[in-house]
Amino acid sequence: MSTEGDLLHTVTADDISDTRRRLGRVMVWGTAALVLGLAGLQFAHETGRTELGFATWRPVLYAYLLWATALCWAQVLVRGESGKRALFVLPAALFVISLVIFPLLFALYISFTDWNLASLDGARPNGWDNMRQMWGDAFYWNALKNMVYYVAAVSVEYVIAFGLALLLNAQIRARKFFRVVFLLPLMLSPVAVSWMVGKSMLEVRFGPVSRVVREMGFEPSFFGTPEMARFMIMAMDAWTFIPFMMIMLLAGLQALPREVIEASKVDGASGWQSFKEVIFPLMLPVSVTAIVIRIIFKLKLADIIINVTSGGPGGATDSVTSFIFREYRDRSNVGYGTLLAVIYLILIILFVTAFLKLVSRWMERPA
Amino acid sequence: MSAIFKDDAADRTVQVKWWSSRVAIYAALLLWAFVCLFPIYWTLTTSFKLAPDVMRGNMIPFVDYTPKWKGWESLGLSPRLIGEVSTVREEFLKRFWNSAVVALSASTLAVVLGSLAAYGLSRFNYRFGVMKNSDISFFFLSQMILPPVVLALPFLVLYRSLDLLDSRIGLILLYTLMVLPIVIWIMRDQFQGIPVELEEAALVDGLGIWGAFLQIVLPIALPGMVAAFILSLVLCWNEYFFAALLSSTNATTLPVMVASQTGSQGINWWSMAALSSAAILPLIVVAIFLEKYIIKGMAAGAVK
Repeated sequence: MSTEGDLLHTVTADDISDTRRRLGRVMVWGTAALVLGLAGLQFAHETGRTELGFATWRPVLYAYLLWATALCWAQVLVRGESGKRALFVLPAALFVISLVIFPLLFALYISFTDWNLASLDGARPNGWDNMRQMWGDAFYWNALKNMVYYVAAVSVEYVIAFGLALLLNAQIRARKFFRVVFLLPLMLSPVAVSWMVGKSMLEVRFGPVSRVVREMGFEPSFFGTPEMARFMIMAMDAWTFIPFMMIMLLAGLQALPREVIEASKVDGASGWQSFKEVIFPLMLPVSVTAIVIRIIFKLKLADIIINVTSGGPGGATDSVTSFIFREYRDRSNVGYGTLLAVIYLILIILFVTAFLKLVSRWMERPA
Repeated sequence: MSAIFKDDAADRTVQVKWWSSRVAIYAALLLWAFVCLFPIYWTLTTSFKLAPDVMRGNMIPFVDYTPKWKGWESLGLSPRLIGEVSTVREEFLKRFWNSAVVALSASTLAVVLGSLAAYGLSRFNYRFGVMKNSDISFFFLSQMILPPVVLALPFLVLYRSLDLLDSRIGLILLYTLMVLPIVIWIMRDQFQGIPVELEEAALVDGLGIWGAFLQIVLPIALPGMVAAFILSLVLCWNEYFFAALLSSTNATTLPVMVASQTGSQGINWWSMAALSSAAILPLIVVAIFLEKYIIKGMAAGAVK
């Protein structure tokens, strides 16, 4: 892919009059002034400085939408042909920026306040208190430790997914049937899975799995001990997400050059040898992509935990997300919960960046 | 015959090896198919069971037990109740409708925004301050690592002041944000696979860049867009976290309804099973009929 110049060259003689340029600028700045004016008015209204104002901030939102439209339109007015090009990316960029950057900045502010939705006063900045509280919060550290286990479980999922992909890639009949069946768990919502598997199949008295375990002479208890409970959560999560990795790996296998594998067969390599020496190295880039994306999804793990164990027993299955979810919902502890979330975000960014650095040398396909 | 074409001993070991590998492969395939299908089978059958069937552990309908509509009656969706007015059914249909509207609109919005951005990034060079194309792409894709918890609270407060709390629009915006990176990822790959010469020919023939995009490129990229759309649909339909925090009565989606019922103790499994089945059935149908697109979507980007 070339990096210099546009891939699609367009030569146009743009002849933009000064009035058209001015009109574009006026549109952008005018609507921007409208947004700021309305926001200022509403702020004054909320803080009780003026009677004039609206019941909600909704009008400011409409003004903002107007400004965004004007900004897009003005691109074409002011810059002509290159403005039309900018129009491809601008809507998405504006959308993401307004829905991510503003809330993130706001989150940063909330995280240094003692805001509790249950208390009557609003947010009050409390400096580093939340940070100190976090330092001593054993449950948060415990949840972080659990995340390490959960992420480590990805390696097992990878092995299973690779095995399944190899099976589907083998010379088999009814390949389409098996592919659809293997894909199904991914379609199910984690909430439904937590009832289907976690609450009914693993139910101690009547669940089918419990019956099998009892037949084998053990007393079923799937969420009694911390290790067992964590393992069950991992298993359920793996069940839903193995198809995801499997399909990426299958796509990788099908794109492998046939000649290389046949050449290794001709040279007398056994099945295992040709896998170890040829297929696996060629699959490294795809594997790394699949694992990275799976880890990113894993770091958001929460639904199953919230619905099956609510973090129990004693926080042994808590993921960071489910822990913060309860902090919000049960204790309405907005300020503290947000600080935990922000710290988690920072840790994730550090971890993912380091991980990508570490694996980047495997991302390139070996020559 | 056998006297003439007598197999050599070496041939026979090869045959044995071949057969044993066949058996092993199919055994593994069937085992995993069982693992995948059993929970679904269990849920569907349980929705037709009564309490004694659940307690006795009956498994096979018509053999072990007689299927009853009790579970579906609790949703007002049985042959007996379908003609009558039912508040539970209305409640359920409202949730179902909410889920459908939110998932479909969010996916549509994400595919529109994402395709435009992906096309722009795959064809033109942008400069936004110090950010170049690769940085802009990275900016979009990096949204994928943003954990939902970080945004949840600010959005709760923001939506309250914007009066968007418990509204479908609020959820649609958030879900669009959530799936946008995935859509861009898939679509960028799609557009990079389309030769630029097609658009150049269109430009020569007098179309503008937007005309070339809409009339020439979009029809070719349509399968990729369908793939991205379905993948977004699956993610949005199943989303629980934001829906649980940001909706209370009006905009509640199906997963929230399922989750709110799981807490109830006792063995009225039939109604839970019916509810879960109803929640998963649409996507199972999607998976069976549109499997090709789902696989295409997930395979894009994995293989360059």
